[in-house]
Amino acid sequence: MAQISTPAQERSLWDRFIIGLRNIAPIYIVLILLLIGIGTQNPTFLEPAGFLNLLRRAAPLMVLTAGQLFVIVTGGFDLSGGSLMSLTVIGASLLINNDPANTWWAILVLFGIGILVGLLNGVIVSYLNVPSLIATLGMLLALRGAGLYWTGGAPRGYLTDNFRMFGRGWLEPFPVIERFPYAVLVLIVVSAAAIYLFNQTNLGRQLLAVGDNPRASRLAGISVEKLRIIAFVLSAITAVIAGILQGGFGGVNPDAGEGYELQAISAAVLGGAVLLGGRGSMGAAIAGALALEALFTLLNLLGLPKPLRDAVQGLIIIGAVAYAAYRSRRTR
Amino acid sequence: MSALTWSNMRSRVRESKIPPVYAILLIVFVSAIVLDAIFGRGQITSGVILTNMVVRSVALGIVAMGQTFVMLAASIDLSVAYLISVTAVMASYLMQGDPARVPLAVAAVFAIGGLVGLINGLIVSKLKVNPFIATLGVGLVLKGILNASFETFVGAVPRSFQTLGYGTLGPIPISILVLLAVTLISAFVLSRTRFGSHLYAVGGSEITSRLSGLRTDRVLILAHVVCSLTAVLTGLFVVSRLRSGAPWVGTDGLYDLESIAAVVVGGTALSGGKGGVIGTLAGVLIFGVLDTMFNQLGVDTFLKQVLRGAIIILAVASYTVRSKEKAA
Repeated sequence: MAQISTPAQERSLWDRFIIGLRNIAPIYIVLILLLIGIGTQNPTFLEPAGFLNLLRRAAPLMVLTAGQLFVIVTGGFDLSGGSLMSLTVIGASLLINNDPANTWWAILVLFGIGILVGLLNGVIVSYLNVPSLIATLGMLLALRGAGLYWTGGAPRGYLTDNFRMFGRGWLEPFPVIERFPYAVLVLIVVSAAAIYLFNQTNLGRQLLAVGDNPRASRLAGISVEKLRIIAFVLSAITAVIAGILQGGFGGVNPDAGEGYELQAISAAVLGGAVLLGGRGSMGAAIAGALALEALFTLLNLLGLPKPLRDAVQGLIIIGAVAYAAYRSRRTR
Repeated sequence: MSALTWSNMRSRVRESKIPPVYAILLIVFVSAIVLDAIFGRGQITSGVILTNMVVRSVALGIVAMGQTFVMLAASIDLSVAYLISVTAVMASYLMQGDPARVPLAVAAVFAIGGLVGLINGLIVSKLKVNPFIATLGVGLVLKGILNASFETFVGAVPRSFQTLGYGTLGPIPISILVLLAVTLISAFVLSRTRFGSHLYAVGGSEITSRLSGLRTDRVLILAHVVCSLTAVLTGLFVVSRLRSGAPWVGTDGLYDLESIAAVVVGGTALSGGKGGVIGTLAGVLIFGVLDTMFNQLGVDTFLKQVLRGAIIILAVASYTVRSKEKAA
């Protein structure tokens, strides 16, 4: 507390710079280091077109992580995100049925399904008191089965171009850089909305309060149940968006979202979010997702085989969280 | 003889300390018999089918016992599925179909398991990494190393080793005896040893335990080692049935998430400190009964998954819905 009593003017510029640096979430520094690493391996990635391509590929995970963070700060998990992404891809191919005219209402139906899944997750956690790990695990199994049941085991058809536009299309012509990926446009809109909701509205503060201390929040007049449901619905909506992006990028694939839920949780934790709630930053979580994708790209550029990339990812996640735990113990 | 009233029976069941999950197991089993009699072939109570039902539960059952240990300590282990794959592959790779190499291979995989458990425990207790992330990370490392080294089925286990998966002792399959032995030993350790009581204490309140002089880190590490060793045993059982190990056998079996689900359905609290392996056994058997019932009724494989997910949620909801504590 002694630091605060020192007037800011008396500090040298260098001190202020150091203090400012300390207040930056470490994930941004990690992200910059990763990007520099990528740049030394292949400079085209840091040119606008190359960087936009990296962002485009990272967009599904970044969007999903934004949603996941809403649930994590309330103290929960959403393990159903990845399977909801897969269901979105499968459902899109079936609903559109190879006719581009069906795309728009199909997207509406997919969002409807997503909101329903989020509501169910939220109600099961809030009113049946089932721990979210189990509730969303059950949902994961159910959605995975439902997707395959819907297709009868093997997905049919293909995704129309106007649906795939969001994942792989480019906005042309675009000033200065000629073309701009739609996926990055979606990413910017979703990130901005998520950061606004999280930082600028009562909803964001109340979600943090619920995760920090549910009982105190309830006594302060917050409807804990309602907020938890909202968090799960937001998470499900981002899963549908991520599914649409991923389907556009990769086409019909029943495993389109497999493993994404755990990556999103890891990304949020890399961004400083604390599992079991109460702490987290939306910008840092989304940066965490980009850092994770940048890491995959870098390991790929370094020529590491895919399996070893998993191993390195595991080590880095543990290392980052261990470092965060060490820092929080030291400052306490 | 006014003793046999409903409320009297209820209080007797309560006093007997049978976990409430057995009521759910009974309901599921009776509904399976009724549904099978109406829609199926009415054979579900035959000895062969009942035996197969339990044998099918053995792989999940063994690792779920270990998962109970870590969850009682308010931790969790997501690396078990990968460790099962590692064990299956390493065991068949080291045995190469030669009975003389069995002891070496078994010793080696248990050593690997012990090491993985030790690493999990150290990361969770000493580095204070959230167990969800720690064991997920260790799982990814195992997966990476395994997939970088092996691509498909490698080696084979000798015929003698398949006794573990297929052999019988009199009329009873050895695998069922192994599951029973693991359950009873676990129950004994939890209820009758110092380590067991410490585990409940640490899971109930880590801070209180530490302030009362318990070495909580050691308890947590030991729980993780126990869990990893049961995963190794499950891996050995799986490979003895498959005759050869492949890198995907553990993850395809969903042993990580299903073992956690079985433990929670069995009445152990995710927040630790409450529950036990006898409940977990019932949780595992519920999954076994459901699988068998779905097979007997010819339910679509994918619909089966949907129902499974729903039943996991409902089973857990049946005890949590009345609890005053709010879940997260």
